[in-house]
Parts: sequence; C-alpha cells; structure tokens
Amino acid sequence: MTKADEKFMQVNMGPQHPSTHGVLRLLVTTDGEVLSGVKPYIGYLHRALEKIAERVTYPQFTPFTDRLDYLASMNCNLAYAMTVEKLLNIEVPRRAQILRVIMAELNRISSHLIAFGSFSSDMGAFTPFLFGIREREFINDLFEIACGARLTYNYIRIGGVSKDIPGGFIEKTREFLDYFPAKIKEYNELLSYNAIFIKRLANIAVISPDDAFDYGITGPNLRASGIKWDLRREEPYLIYNELDFDVPVGKGEMGKTGDAWDRYMMRIYEMEQSAKIVRQCLDLLAPGDYTAKVSKVLKPPAGEVYVRAENPRGELGFYLISDGSTKPYRLKIRAPSFANLSIIPKLARGVMIADLIAIIGSMDIILPEIDR
Amino acid sequence: MTELINRILTGMSTTMPLTRLLITILIMVVSTAIVLAVSLLYEGFATYAERKVAGDIQARIGPNRVGPYGLLQFVADGVKLLLKEDIIPFYADRWLFIIAPYIVFTVSFAAFVPLSYSDHVSIANLNVGVLYMIAISSVVSMAILMGAWGSNNKWSLFGGMRAVAQIVSYEIPIVLSLLAAIIIPASLNLRDIIAYQSGGLGIFRWLVFNNPFTLIAFFVYFIAAIAEVNRTPFDIPEAESEIVAGYHTEYTGMRFAFFFMAEYGDMFVVSAIAATLFLGGWQIPFIGGIPMPVWLREVLQIGVFFTKVFLLIYVMMWIRWTLPRLRVDQLMELCWKYLTPIALFNLIGASVWVLLLHDKGVYDIIARVFTR
Repeated sequence: MTKADEKFMQVNMGPQHPSTHGVLRLLVTTDGEVLSGVKPYIGYLHRALEKIAERVTYPQFTPFTDRLDYLASMNCNLAYAMTVEKLLNIEVPRRAQILRVIMAELNRISSHLIAFGSFSSDMGAFTPFLFGIREREFINDLFEIACGARLTYNYIRIGGVSKDIPGGFIEKTREFLDYFPAKIKEYNELLSYNAIFIKRLANIAVISPDDAFDYGITGPNLRASGIKWDLRREEPYLIYNELDFDVPVGKGEMGKTGDAWDRYMMRIYEMEQSAKIVRQCLDLLAPGDYTAKVSKVLKPPAGEVYVRAENPRGELGFYLISDGSTKPYRLKIRAPSFANLSIIPKLARGVMIADLIAIIGSMDIILPEIDR
Repeated sequence: MTELINRILTGMSTTMPLTRLLITILIMVVSTAIVLAVSLLYEGFATYAERKVAGDIQARIGPNRVGPYGLLQFVADGVKLLLKEDIIPFYADRWLFIIAPYIVFTVSFAAFVPLSYSDHVSIANLNVGVLYMIAISSVVSMAILMGAWGSNNKWSLFGGMRAVAQIVSYEIPIVLSLLAAIIIPASLNLRDIIAYQSGGLGIFRWLVFNNPFTLIAFFVYFIAAIAEVNRTPFDIPEAESEIVAGYHTEYTGMRFAFFFMAEYGDMFVVSAIAATLFLGGWQIPFIGGIPMPVWLREVLQIGVFFTKVFLLIYVMMWIRWTLPRLRVDQLMELCWKYLTPIALFNLIGASVWVLLLHDKGVYDIIARVFTR
C-alpha cells in the first residue's frame, strides 16, 4: 500500500452481504461514503458446469442448465435444447414450439418479478419484494401444474417439451393474465414513480450505447441504453416472428437514457409485453405433438454450433462442439450476467456506497450463471 | 414524584433522617421498576405490532403461532435472544463494545421519565421537561458511535458515522419546530403545556391548531423525528442492503436486543413529545367537560394519551413499510436545505404571531367572534 492509498479504506462487500445477489465479492475502496474503486471477485459458486458437460450425454446436461440462471430455468433449458436441435437438425412440432414460448415468457415474467422485488428491497422498500413474490407464486403454481417442479423445471427437452400440459393449465394461465396487469399498476404506484425511488436512481450509473456495446451488455440493460436489440425480433426463433409484441427501449424518462431507473423500468415494460405474448400463444395453441421423435441415444454429427436466445438477463449463448460421440466435446456458455457484471467497476467509480447497491441491483446479475 | 414522596413522608410520624432517606430511595426504586416494566412491555408489544402491521401491508399474516394471535411472540423472541451466544469480537474494544448497548437502552428508558401520562400520573414533573427530552435523546448518538467504533468493524463504523451525522443534523429542525410550539404556552414543563391545551372540546385548543405555523412545525417535527429514530425512509445508519446492519452488525443476543428495543423506545418518546406538544397530550376530546370521578378521568386520560402516541407510531410503521430509503447525501440535503430553513422561518412566523396576538390561537379568535 502506497502513501497515497492510505487515505482510502478497503472494505470487503460479500461474498456474504445482503445485497450482492448471491456470492459476489466486491473489494471496495472507499473514501468515507464515496467509492474510488470496485473490484469484483467471482467464482464462489463455481461448479465446473462446462467441464461436466463433457462428461455427460447431451440429454443429461439439460438439468444442469436449470442451475445456470435458476430464476429463469425454462429459458436456459430452451437455449440448450435449441443448440442441440440445431446440431441434430431436429424439427420441433408446432405445439411444442408454442408451449416453449409460453413457458419461456412466463418464466421471463417470474424472473423480472424477482429482479423488481430484490431491487426494491435493495433500495430499502421491503413491501414490493413480497408483492413480487406473491405474483411469482402464481407462476410457480402454473409451472408445477405443467411439470411438477417449482424452480428447476427441466421441462424443455431436446426435441420438444417433457410432457404435454394437463387440463386446466390454459384456464389458470388466462386467470393469471387477467389478474396480472392490475398488479403492474400497483407496482408502478408503489415503487416506480415514487419520488424517493426516482431521486435515488435517475441519472445514476448511466451506460452510454457505446459502453454498452464495448462491454457486451445485452438484454434489458442494453435496451435501457436506447438500443433496440432483442433476439426475439432480430433473429426470431420458435414462433416469435408470428407474434405481436413491442421491444421497449429506454427513453430517459426520469433522467438520462440508460440510467438505473431506465434499467429498472425496462423490466416492468417487458413483463407487460411477455404477458401479451403468452395471451397470443394461448390462442394459437392447437392440438399436436408435444415433442419430436428423438432417439434415446443422441449421436450428433461432428461439427460446431452457436445458438443464442434472449433470456431475461440478456443473451444466453451455447457454443457446442461435437466430435460425433454421445457426449459434447466442448460446451462454452456465454452467460449474459458475466458481461453485465464487467461494467460495474467502470460505473462504480466516484459514486456512493448506496449507489453501488443500486448499480448491482439495476444490472440484475445472477451469480450461478457468472460462476457456472 | 417529589410531591408524592413529600406527601407520604408528612403522613408518617417518624422524623428519623435515615428512615426518611430509606423511604425516599424505596419509592424511587419502585417507581423506576414500574417504568421499566411498562416500557419493556410496550417495547415487546411494539415489535409484535410492527410485524403485524408489516404483515398487513405486505399481504401476509404476520406472527400467529405463539399465544393467541401470536401475542406472545415477543416473549419467545426475548427468550431466544437471551439464549443466544454472546459474542464479543476478538479485535473489539471490549469496554466500549459492552457499555454501548446499555447506554442506548438506558437513555431511551430515561426519556420515559418526565412524560405526563395523565393529570396526576408522571414519574417526575420536571420544569425543564422539553429540554431534558431533547438533551437525553441526543445522548443516543454518542452511544451508537461508541458501539460502532468499539465493534472494530468497517460496516459498523459506516453505520455509526451515518447515525451521528444524521441524529446531530436532525436535532436542529426538531428543536426549532418544538420552539414554535413552546413559545405559546411559554413553558418547558410538559404537564403545563398539556394543561394549556385544555378547552375547545379538547381538540381545538391543541397547539397544532393554534396557528398555521404550529401546523407546519408539527409536520417538520414529525419528519425530523422519524429521521431521529432512524426509521425508513431515513434508516441509513442500519441500511441493511447497504451496510449490512450498520452500527449493530457485530452485536448478538441480548446486546443486539437492547439496540432493538431502544429503537422502539425512541419511537414512543418522539411520538409522545408530538402528542404532548402538538396534539393535546392527555386532554380528553369531546367529553372532557363532563363531571366524572377522578379515577375514571385519570384512566381516560391515560387511554387518550396512549391512543395518540400509538396512532403516531402506527403512522411511522406505515411509512416504514411503504417507502424506499434515501441516500445519505439526500438525507442531509433534506435536513439542511429544506427542513432547517422551513423550521427557522416557521419559528420567526410563530414568534411574530405570538408578539401580535399573544397566546391567542385561531380557535380563540373564531370563538371570540361568535361569542360577541
């Protein structure tokens, strides 16, 4: 430590800290309340998922993808299933595609609800968190009806989905969709347009479009910076090109475009759009096969594919190399949170401790995906 | 209480100085024990009330397992905290660490003493009651800093520094707004101030309705008082999501409980001051003028006083579970840029009012117009 460093204090934030969203460790250099630097240390949740992929067969890896972003397991399942299907050239039946979209969008809503809730409790308001959990519970019930699980679903499999939805699912989902818009209004009244909340977030940690590109930021965080980039629109997969939905972008309603408030608000807007998508999908749902005919032992031809999908937290990419055996030769996971985390040291220079919490919360990172 | 001692002593035949001294000490110990018991009971039920109110606001039930409606939850909590291991960190400054919670608790308990609970019930009828209350509640900041520094933990230190900055700053608008009320009855004695507010159906001569300036002073006082007791949206000294638990991060078991109970004690005290100075204290509304036995009057007065205090506490809880938290610089900005100037000009306005109209409030003026 040099003489100049002595006036700074080094504080360890995490891995056990109430608002580092898991086991993120930040080495924070502060001068009183003002930060002069932040250094993230990751790896506390490393489970060697990429290496495990080389040891298990293709279908056996699906449950591991549940553990990537555990708040959006369906989306992770989906991206992995699409990767293997591309390698194997499997055509997924239409009903399965629609079911996948329904599940992915419902999971997007439930993931954003957690993002909304945990962000509000980071900001010191505890009630919105419980409101978010209350609505998420509804979605968890829907998933439980569909696949029996409430967190790690393992529902979207290679070739389709694990089983068809049972009776009553559609009615229940419609019930949820009728109930949900009023709740979003409630969130906005309680939190989004609260004067203190806006004061805390407007003009904080502004990500310019250039920075967003440079750091590879994706998902709602990228769109908050005013860039209209959503893989569901740009590279439509499944049946997204038939669906009518908007891609919300940040407009700097309360301050500069790309500030923490914009990033927060993207999630609220996306929940509305996802609800709209689910409603359309329920109308499109026609009888049919829920899975393609997939042989028990998958032996894809040698080759490599890269597939990416729009996850609640950004682009989840799987780069898969096959050597023609029953196991992947190499699987590289491109985790959106990893890229989103990388900009935090840049944003957190010269801000206050409370702002650092706002930055982490507004980026909505999730650690199992970063550490893999 | 001095009166009580004198009355008992004059009623006794003995003139032995030692006996008189012993009796005096005995009465003091008994009355202290009564205050301690009542305040502990209140603090226990206040924690229960907080959790029930929070449950109600957050669409859940709250404690309902121990005793009828979970009423005995605080007993279970107390027992649990007593049984917890009492950890004193190795690098802590033992002396400061041990003594800090006791000071915090003693101070919050000492503030119960000059309060006037009814016409005849008060522990000490201090002629500088208001001054004593303000002075004793400032000691908390010192004790908090002792605990924070003694913990030898960086998060505690952050919390301690924040607490001191906050409490010291908010003393100023508190005192200025209290002065605007005090200059009308021209007394620092809490009992005299309440006695002054009699008449007008027991409502209209409350100091809060005396003139427009006291109304503003009431709101300034209440906002500043919430900050003084470190509750959301001003709970930055113990902001869980930012600095773990603030100044009591290292405290466990009963030592933590002392800090915790002191918070509820302080809530009672600031609400009691508001009730006494602005809301007519124990003046019974509407039926105060009807002749009734002394014991009934006393009971009613105590009931009225506690009702007013608990309503104010309820408002504090309501605010806590609704609003997000301010940032530390915004908190200071609110104090120095808004509350302090408002309170200062308000005091000038109130002084001019008193200068021109003496102690005649809006009600008196209206009443005179009608009776003429």
